[in-house]
Amino acid sequence: MKIIVCVKRVPKTAEADLFIEKEGKDIKKDNLVFALNDWDGYAIREAVRIREDYGGEVIALTVGPEDSKEVLTRCLAMGVDRALRIEEPPAIDALLIAKILARAIQDHSFDLILTGVQTEDDGWGQVGVALAQLLGIPHASIVNRIEIENGKGKVKRELEGGLEELLEVKLPALFTIQTGINEPKYVSLAAILEAEEKEMREIGLEELGLTSKEPLYAILERVSFPPAGKMAEILKGTPEEVVTQLSEIIKKKKG
Amino acid sequence: MTEIFALVEHRQGKIREITYEILGCGERLAKEKGGSLTAILLGFEVKELAEEMAMRTPRVLVVEDEKLKDFNSLYYQKVLSSLFSKYQPLLLLMGHTAYGMELAPSLSVELDLPLATDCIGLSFEGERMKVLRSIYGGKVMAHMTLKEAKGYMVTLRPGTFAPKPLEEKKGGIMIEPSPLQEVTDRKRFLQYIEAPVSGEDISQAEILVSVGQGIGGPEHLPMFEELAKILGGTISCSRPVVDRNWLPKERQVGISGKTVKPKIYIAVGISGAFQHVTAIKGAETIIAINKDPRAPIFSVADYGIVDDFQKVIPLLKEKIKGMMGGV
Repeated sequence: MKIIVCVKRVPKTAEADLFIEKEGKDIKKDNLVFALNDWDGYAIREAVRIREDYGGEVIALTVGPEDSKEVLTRCLAMGVDRALRIEEPPAIDALLIAKILARAIQDHSFDLILTGVQTEDDGWGQVGVALAQLLGIPHASIVNRIEIENGKGKVKRELEGGLEELLEVKLPALFTIQTGINEPKYVSLAAILEAEEKEMREIGLEELGLTSKEPLYAILERVSFPPAGKMAEILKGTPEEVVTQLSEIIKKKKG
Repeated sequence: MTEIFALVEHRQGKIREITYEILGCGERLAKEKGGSLTAILLGFEVKELAEEMAMRTPRVLVVEDEKLKDFNSLYYQKVLSSLFSKYQPLLLLMGHTAYGMELAPSLSVELDLPLATDCIGLSFEGERMKVLRSIYGGKVMAHMTLKEAKGYMVTLRPGTFAPKPLEEKKGGIMIEPSPLQEVTDRKRFLQYIEAPVSGEDISQAEILVSVGQGIGGPEHLPMFEELAKILGGTISCSRPVVDRNWLPKERQVGISGKTVKPKIYIAVGISGAFQHVTAIKGAETIIAINKDPRAPIFSVADYGIVDDFQKVIPLLKEKIKGMMGGV
């Protein structure tokens, strides 16, 4: 099995104070911590698990700036065999990411491509399924279980309300991986050191026959903070005072 | 005339809620553009569903084929692509759901149309399509314009757009022949897998103490279980807690888990992703405890505490215990 996993380095914004940069086109990122997109971590572990069962090779692929090498190193430490970084054009949308990935993959053989369902930053949830179409292979999205048998992937997709569906998809295929498909694993120091020895290539867009000015289908005009709208009444005071107010509220609402 | 297509989402013989939201959004845009709205219904033996949709839209376009019985994006894509070529609608709307996420990106590539996914707002400015998206976990909004094209595709975030009310007069139903011929084995639907019926049903609970990733680790769970017990409630959680195996799936509140409607919902360390927030809209009172004052959960909560839960929860436990002791 030759498995390609597409990953992205993203800023961790959940508990950070965010500020909008001067041009108004993005948030300020210099004070943020970056890491491997959560969904992609699950995709990497799933690929490594499948390789352990069936043999073969796992390749991690990213479109991103120089700094993205740190997440590729992480992927190598998680058990990926080799990694490739493709230079990122200055302006990008989900479709262009898919097109770049397709160019990098199209002349190579593979059995399986895995991506995360979506990224934590832009959250398009579009790249994987668009990539499958560009490569002319079938796909399944929001996958939370994979079994490989007789050249087919038997996969479970997560639907709404706890419902799931079982699909059979002919390989080569692309699956977008949902969080929770496997359990996070501890990455040992030895694995991190080993990762330094593994192959990591970097290529430019021109090597794929692309330029830094490919047309965009979705153009970002500006970003803003959501309007305050209806906001919770924030309870103020010392922890004791806050808790007193809160317990009164609970008592009243409990009826 | 400007034509707007709205894809009807249905599963196991029932129209899904998102469909009414898609129609609501589509109707508003059709009015603004002086155009018309058409509901697109693909399925097999869906006469009743077509009648139901005709109560909500001036026109329902139906394609029936046994291959469309259960959702398979390969068949859906083929039918929609042929409808698109025939009718040339300006816009195709669908839900940003398990159904739309499987279908929209590949269809947009095949038709070479701009696609914006998971939108929380959209409008036309002249011939240009403008969309609003929620990014960075709901903390920031992106204002975007789609490339000028002959048609556009947009998927809508569930629970965001006002649902379409019933029409005064019934719309017309048009049956379109199915363009599908051969059966494909590239992707096959096998079966649905229902969620296991569990002992504890959080959807019926009156008081929920709900925990998120922000509680740091499973070692803190006993504190919340105890609080839930004192309140006569139940413990529930957000998705990351289930992904990390801190609590079982049956405890998960959210689109892919359970929809809840308690009297009191206490959310601790939950940032408030839309998948979670949509599922707690029926709660009477929402109390959020979170360190981050910008966490989106505060925009849906009634009361908020911006502090470390490790300070608040032990105090709250004691206070409530005292209160309950008196009863």
